[in-house]
Amino acid sequence: MLSKKQLFTKGMVDVTPHMLSVIPFGIITGAIGIDLGFNPYLVYGMSVIIFGGASQIVFLQLLSGGASSLVAVTSVGVINSRHLLYGAVLSEYLEKLSLMKKLLISYIVVDQGFAESNKFFKHNKKEQYLHYHLIGTGCTLWVCWQVATLSGIILGSFVPEELGLKFAIPLTFIAIVVQDLKKIDHVIVMIVSGISSLLFFDLPFKSYIIISPIVALFIAALLLRLKK
Amino acid sequence: MTWITIIIAGVLTYFTRMTMIAIVRRDLLGDQIKEVLTFVPSAVFPAIIFPAIFLNDYGAYIELYDPKIFGAIIAILVGYFSKNVVATIFSGLLSYWIIIFIF
Repeated sequence: MLSKKQLFTKGMVDVTPHMLSVIPFGIITGAIGIDLGFNPYLVYGMSVIIFGGASQIVFLQLLSGGASSLVAVTSVGVINSRHLLYGAVLSEYLEKLSLMKKLLISYIVVDQGFAESNKFFKHNKKEQYLHYHLIGTGCTLWVCWQVATLSGIILGSFVPEELGLKFAIPLTFIAIVVQDLKKIDHVIVMIVSGISSLLFFDLPFKSYIIISPIVALFIAALLLRLKK
Repeated sequence: MTWITIIIAGVLTYFTRMTMIAIVRRDLLGDQIKEVLTFVPSAVFPAIIFPAIFLNDYGAYIELYDPKIFGAIIAILVGYFSKNVVATIFSGLLSYWIIIFIF
């Protein structure tokens, strides 16, 4: 049996390799927020209130492009709906915790922490304080994300506009999905999403950002059905 | 106004994290829905990537030899083979800057 402290430390160590991508991503998020002309407090506030990298960038990009608040909020919901999946997987290991602990732990469930803790949980099912591993990965990522976005906000005020930092937005998202190009069904879903976004781009309130993923997810469901 | 929007987005995000852990029984999501959810990144991010690359600031299609297309291709190649997030972003930015500042 590992102690709470040992599990917490193990979580911190396991998630360390992800710093290499989380920190630059956070810096870019902060810098882009400033580049798009938002108030620094607002850009930073999102890192605490939303605490979800990709959705923060999309949110800022949409609002700066004139999208309505409703569209911006909905697209954050669509992007972050993947957490439902993480929650469903993690709940098996967190079942015994009190409701209060579950509510607190939920705040720090993010992609990289989920990936590492889930890996650890699978091989160490019998540990009594298993959730301390998740707290370790989550807290580490939280602190890094705060420091990184703050640094980005400070850096962003020095970056000249001619650099075209906005181009870092699609590049960041390419980096997130590029490994899925290995799977043909994912490639189809990506192409459907991309082409619909161009077709629907001129619809009011930037609603293409919600319509395209829905069309693409529909195709994904169809592909899954065909495979069976 | 923007603060309120951020808070609503934050509460919504928190709910996506918390619902399955604390409120509903986990078997509420069927296997099929779970499988579809694994496609969320592939369904969402191209809708941001495509317009950001193929359209200019005014929503018109760019030329085929635009530096953004070149940068994106480099980033995809570097990302695919290196599996490195940082290398992907910076190779794309760097090749984009080389084209706009040197040529």
